[in-house]
Amino acid sequence: MTIDWAHFTPWTSLAGGALIGFAAAMLLLLSGRVAGISGIVGGLLRPQRGDVAWRLAFVGGLLAAPAAMALLGQGHAPRIDAGFGTLVVAGLLVGAGTSYGSGCTSGHGVCGLSRLSPRSLVATLAFMAAGVATVYLARHFL
Amino acid sequence: MNALLALAAGLVFGAGLILSGMTDPGKVIGFLDVAGNWDPSLAFVMAGAIVVGFFAFRSAGRRGRTFLGGALHLPNRRDIDARLIGGSVAFGIGWGLAGFCPGPALVSLASGVDQAAVFVAAMLSGMVVYTAAERLR
Repeated sequence: MTIDWAHFTPWTSLAGGALIGFAAAMLLLLSGRVAGISGIVGGLLRPQRGDVAWRLAFVGGLLAAPAAMALLGQGHAPRIDAGFGTLVVAGLLVGAGTSYGSGCTSGHGVCGLSRLSPRSLVATLAFMAAGVATVYLARHFL
Repeated sequence: MNALLALAAGLVFGAGLILSGMTDPGKVIGFLDVAGNWDPSLAFVMAGAIVVGFFAFRSAGRRGRTFLGGALHLPNRRDIDARLIGGSVAFGIGWGLAGFCPGPALVSLASGVDQAAVFVAAMLSGMVVYTAAERLR
């Protein structure tokens, strides 16, 4: 293992992480909801009366973030290697997997670990291990 | 009121994802690539988010209500079963393949990244498949 110093961004990543935690705190302490993105989006696909507006609003806020950050001069240039087929397979796995597993990086990884949930710890270790194994196979084996 | 607060929370959440670098799949895969040229940044994102989140959840747990007097909607499941682990493993494989998880994918979709549009369409399809399968159970 070597460290990728060229791309390593400890301070902006720590600050961005704190902002994510602050957003989760806002949603929890003001609206009483857990900021799990897959759960919020999934709930829109099985809508229940009185449970739709806050979900749409949260997703709307997420979608408005790039424009707001652009106003602050914060752009982002993503590096994406995946082709069409890989994106489709990956998207299907992420959509179905987060539904069956009841959460993703935000719901289990951030909120679940923040509330010291053993269920979320198991889920986080499972998706991290699977992610590491997948990248290992794709980059160093195939 | 709740919708306005949720909008603000979503905006801050998305800003955090962009600032942290998590909307760059190359950075996510760089973190998962522990055997190669490793970018530890994502660990710092998690650490920053969890430290702030820990105090928020502790405060919410002690109060039992929101600051506005509303109810807390917290998950109450504690079971660790095959669905939790199998689903999380499937999610991890998809995450490792493309470098997108749900939040950053939605943010990238809004930035006009074509690949994110493909990924989000497939992700929503995966969620629809789950919803349909659950109805049949």
